[in-house]
Amino acid sequence: MKLPALKTMAKVPDQINRRDFLKSGGAAVTLTLAPGITVMAFGGEASAAANPATRWGLLIDVNKCAKDCDACVTGCSVENGWKMGGNPETDAQWIRKVDLTNKQTGREVSMPMMCQHCEEPPCVDVCPTGASFKRADGIVLVDKHTCIGCRYCMMACPFKARSFIHEDLEDQKSYAPRGKGTVESCTLCVHRVDEGGIPACVEACDATGHGAMMFGDLKDPTSDIAIALASYASVGLRDDLRLNTGVRYSNL
Amino acid sequence: MITRLATILVLSGLLGAGLFGGAATAQEHSALLPVVPKATGEAHPEGNAFMRINHMKLLRHDRDDTMRNGNRDIDYSLKECVACHVQTGADALPIPINSEGQFCSACHEFAAVKIDCFQCHNTRPELNETQALLSRPLPDAAALSAYLDEVTE
Ligand code: HEC
Ligand code: HEC
Ligand code: HEC
Repeated sequence: MKLPALKTMAKVPDQINRRDFLKSGGAAVTLTLAPGITVMAFGGEASAAANPATRWGLLIDVNKCAKDCDACVTGCSVENGWKMGGNPETDAQWIRKVDLTNKQTGREVSMPMMCQHCEEPPCVDVCPTGASFKRADGIVLVDKHTCIGCRYCMMACPFKARSFIHEDLEDQKSYAPRGKGTVESCTLCVHRVDEGGIPACVEACDATGHGAMMFGDLKDPTSDIAIALASYASVGLRDDLRLNTGVRYSNL
Repeated sequence: MITRLATILVLSGLLGAGLFGGAATAQEHSALLPVVPKATGEAHPEGNAFMRINHMKLLRHDRDDTMRNGNRDIDYSLKECVACHVQTGADALPIPINSEGQFCSACHEFAAVKIDCFQCHNTRPELNETQALLSRPLPDAAALSAYLDEVTE
């Protein structure tokens, strides 16, 4: 996958220096405390941090999504360590399969639903602590460190995409910490995306051979997803709300 | 705030004395002070004294940097603290780092600090990290006896 952050920096080399310099804030402290230690020892590679020139999104081809397949749901649950433990009222659901039937035509479709990563997210508008936020690259997240568990965001979300954790948990994934009393939802696998990877659901869907899910940068006109969006009709769910969702569906 | 500061100063002072060969003997040391389990890997270039006083600020700063800016290349990552500072039990499996006397609770119990980090963050390294721990070469006889000497000193 192309990393726009790296691309930009390749064009403007003097930005690298500035970035490295800014990054070394902590190291500068170190420098005075422990002479002889160089800034570079703490710098390391520039990471693909949230970049405002990027907007991550998904395109789901409903025709390719098989009714009896839930590989994306399993893939997400294994990756992020949430389980449906038999209490459907309260279990976490970062992603679910939804089956639709058109009453007029009888056409049946099946598709995955998750946080739609809105450009204008209602969950962010209502959050009293600023825990619900949108990253510069369009990924909508809960900062669980500031979440007080009020659940306004769950009510504001038109897609019922968020869950609340009701029970004490143990043995979470180290890259997906989760705990009682906070709200959570699809993170677009931000821990993978930041390292140049793709979300677990997309990977799982690809592995089944269905290839119904495409992940990429909506703002990069040369990305597969932007080309597909420019070539074929697609919709965002509840487009009437003008949330400009980052997840779009084709053949719905 | 003044009492908190005093706690830190006393704690770091005492620990410093204990660690850097002050007058305290091993027995006095364990009676007065939290026993901080030994870490694996390289020590902090900032030094232990700096880490004792500042680890919470460093963690908070880098936490926001990861969460908000997506920076994964941080110096003070909680999962990395766990990976280096976790102890292995008699069964060679990692002991939860927040259980009694373990790294993230030994001092905190002493100073009456409560942290909620481990309601969400795993208290043990991921399995692959655990395997890395298990596959560490066993110390040779000389290193082992040197270590034992140091412990019983
Ligand atoms: C690369 C391995 C490594 C990582 C990662 C690491 N440490 Fe350490 N840490 C050490 C070592 C080694 C020591 C020195 C232990 C000694 O002197 O007995 C140490 C010492 C400390 C001390 C002083 C302990 C004392 O005895 O006074 C504190 C506090 C500390 N670390 C906190 C942290 C925190 C918080 C993190 C995560 C942000 C962290 N460490 C990450 C290896 C590590
Ligand atoms: C060498 C002793 C020591 C060790 C080891 C230690 N801490 Fe601390 N920690 C303290 C002290 C003392 C305070 C209280 C400082 C204060 O009151 O401002 C504290 C405070 C904190 C706080 C802030 C708590 C608050 O309510 O503001 C956090 C977070 C924290 N420690 C995390 C950790 C983690 C995570 C580890 C394990 C990786 C760890 N600490 C290991 C001594 C230690
Ligand atoms: C309610 C759940 C929750 C609690 C409690 C919590 N965290 Fe987190 N923490 C998270 C989530 C979720 C992430 C994001 C993980 C990611 O994107 O990789 C995170 C990420 C982090 C990170 C950056 C990832 C890394 O490298 O480890 C740090 C540092 C961190 N938290 C420190 C803390 C500290 C210190 C505390 C306790 C004072 C704490 N957290 C308490 C949920 C929590």
